[in-house]
Amino acid sequence: MTTVGSGSEVSTGHGWFYRTFRSAPARARWGRIDVKASPYLYVAPFFILFAVVGLFPLLYTGYLALHYWDILPTSPQQGDFVGTQNFLTELGQPKFWIALRNTFSIFLLSSVPQIMAATFIAAVLNANLRAKTFWRMSVLLPYVVAPVAVSLIFGKMFADRYGFFNAILEGIGLSPIAWHVEPLASHIAIASMVNFRWTGYNTLILLAAMQAINKDLYEAAIIDGAGRWRQFRSVTLPMIRPTMIFVIITSTIGGLQIFDEAVMFDSSRAGSSGGASGQFLTMTMYLRDLGWSGSVRNGFGRASAVAWMLFLLILVIGAINFLLTRTIASAGPKITREQRRTSRAAAKQAKQKVLRQQQSFRRNQLKGRDKQDASEGGQR
Amino acid sequence: MKHALRLRTAAAGATALTLAFALAACSGGSDGSETPNNDGQSNNSDNSSGEEITLRVGTFNEFGYKAAGLYDQYMEENPHIKIEEVLAAEAGEVMATVKSGLAAGSGLPDVQAIEGDWMPEFAQSASLFADLSDSSLDGRWPAYIVEPATVDGTLLGYATDTGPEAICYRQDLFEEAGLPTDRAEVAALLEGDWDRYFEVGKDFVAKSDKAWFDSAGANYQAMVKQVENAYENSDGTPMDLETNNTIKGLYEQIAKASVEDGLSAHFGQWGDDWFSAFQNGAFATMLCPAWMTPIIENSAAGVDGWNIADVFPGGGGNWGGSYLTVPAQGANIEEAKKLAAWLTAPEQTAKVFTEVGNFPSQIEAQQTPEVQDKVNPFFNDAPVGEIFANRAAAITVVPYVGPNFAAIHQTVQDALNRVDIEQSQSVDEAWQQAVADFKSLGL
Repeated sequence: MTTVGSGSEVSTGHGWFYRTFRSAPARARWGRIDVKASPYLYVAPFFILFAVVGLFPLLYTGYLALHYWDILPTSPQQGDFVGTQNFLTELGQPKFWIALRNTFSIFLLSSVPQIMAATFIAAVLNANLRAKTFWRMSVLLPYVVAPVAVSLIFGKMFADRYGFFNAILEGIGLSPIAWHVEPLASHIAIASMVNFRWTGYNTLILLAAMQAINKDLYEAAIIDGAGRWRQFRSVTLPMIRPTMIFVIITSTIGGLQIFDEAVMFDSSRAGSSGGASGQFLTMTMYLRDLGWSGSVRNGFGRASAVAWMLFLLILVIGAINFLLTRTIASAGPKITREQRRTSRAAAKQAKQKVLRQQQSFRRNQLKGRDKQDASEGGQR
Repeated sequence: MKHALRLRTAAAGATALTLAFALAACSGGSDGSETPNNDGQSNNSDNSSGEEITLRVGTFNEFGYKAAGLYDQYMEENPHIKIEEVLAAEAGEVMATVKSGLAAGSGLPDVQAIEGDWMPEFAQSASLFADLSDSSLDGRWPAYIVEPATVDGTLLGYATDTGPEAICYRQDLFEEAGLPTDRAEVAALLEGDWDRYFEVGKDFVAKSDKAWFDSAGANYQAMVKQVENAYENSDGTPMDLETNNTIKGLYEQIAKASVEDGLSAHFGQWGDDWFSAFQNGAFATMLCPAWMTPIIENSAAGVDGWNIADVFPGGGGNWGGSYLTVPAQGANIEEAKKLAAWLTAPEQTAKVFTEVGNFPSQIEAQQTPEVQDKVNPFFNDAPVGEIFANRAAAITVVPYVGPNFAAIHQTVQDALNRVDIEQSQSVDEAWQQAVADFKSLGL
């Protein structure tokens, strides 16, 4: 360093490269940029990918939902702006409502028992078992089976005439169930395929959450005299709440988008999909039929409208589930508003009391210190 | 949960995206034929000698070209051509792929096979296909095959195989019920219209605990295809289902025969129960297009009694068949046309028939010794080639299948399914709902 800085302009004899990258201030500047920008850079691939394959289609579907659109243009109306007409058309379609009913029914019949069973199995697996890994891997086994294979097997089991379940029912003297005819029966059949496949998966996720719970909490609960059920209710459930929310939200999304199982259950290819009266026509099947069957005019526009309504529905149900999960899994028994008010008031009083005590303690301490002065010094 | 679903959503998103870009591109420029590009091949569509051209042929299921050695033969005879086959995983997926490819204006093979059932839909986008009409090919196919693929004089596809329908029957069950078993006698017995077929069925069910036929829907499908204008006028406008007395008559005829006369086994074709029914011997006859015979053979393995009668109610009937098309977006349309014409020439389709059994749609091919002399041992040595050639020749009606056919047909099929398979509604109730369903189509 021979030259002396003369204020703003520094001539070092180095090139621009040194100045922009290697010099101390430059390095400091780049360091700051690195610290600030790098994290975004690292997460960028996901978001770029998401923007391309997630966000753009989402918005473009919204665009299509407001227009007259066929995948292969056949009408001069192609591309015309129709406003909310596609939404109104769909809301006026009986099939739309049937599909909505079926989707909800299958969603409830699959997600609710599934998560309850998964929580229970996870709690059992969380206990001290011999050959832990064996049991844990076993519950995941159905998940490894391809959905199409599951559907093929279940299709044979739920067949109306020569099916396995009906053979059993008839064997014990009951009347067979028309699995493809009765709406509720068909929903149960489809839900059981979903449950077969996904219960184990959710079990493992919940099990992982349970294993992360601090054992001290259980010890404390045991010392307080809590039994197994009480421990589960007051320690396990509140502690796995975040995971529970995740599991419930994802199964809501999956459940409302139910497609594979219902399509595979629909083995007959003559007539409409989802049964002759739409017994198990789901929203996604309906959407597919609108957009791709080719027999519906303005199919893409209407399918896009259905897609957006399904999207909004999932958001709403997801939000409801999120709120429900927060209240249901929160610790302790139900407290009435009155009790809560009194307990809040009591807490406030107690707090103030403690505050007052602290203040008076400090005052006394200060007084004592004044008296003793420097003879002993402050004990911390 | 449902990673598979999310992945699919992503995939669908990606498809939608490509589609969107393509649509944007299309609306910006002229039609999609402006960007000829095929695997880095040069852009000259008229091949100057020496230039090697790769032609891709998109097929599904089993077209038998590779098995019959046709690609190799063509490449040997045309050294500048290289053929690649693009085999789709399943037929259902092909329709969506072809549609997306047409909408995108790129990405489709030079020669694309499509199912005849999709023709009415693709016919609405005829300009996206190369015109294959060629006067030298006149008379290669009968009218009922060429007409559905023709739009305003433009030929969209060369037919490959076809599905002329005969009646397959269980001679052992016929014998038990005291009916003749010999196929010539059965053909004579059933000769006539649908009423005749149902009359014999009533005789049969009176003496047997089996049903006469498998499914009402399959019969209805065949009946409808014998009507020139079933659901639509020839200009494509739909007829009102409520006042469509022809269709209502057919519907009531088959529905009553199925339920009131108890002729139907109440199966939905392609359902699990339907497949199981072959082993359980639940019905004595079924309408069988040529391509149905291997399906019966596989499903009824071990059952001896199947035979085929050279007869069909109401004359002739066709179900199914495919076409080879040349999408206009291709880079080598002329060469693709030549290849498609060659692959669907009688000499080649006769070979395919011997190899994989697809029944040729070409009149000349049906008369070749390969086809005529073919017997099927499973069907008690029935001369299948001769029978189906006769059945093809018996087809006289060219049904009009327009853009609304599938949607309307589905409402009536659903009604029949409710009456026959589900047995959840009466004949009248189901018809009323079909009319209501038709109205909500908003055609």
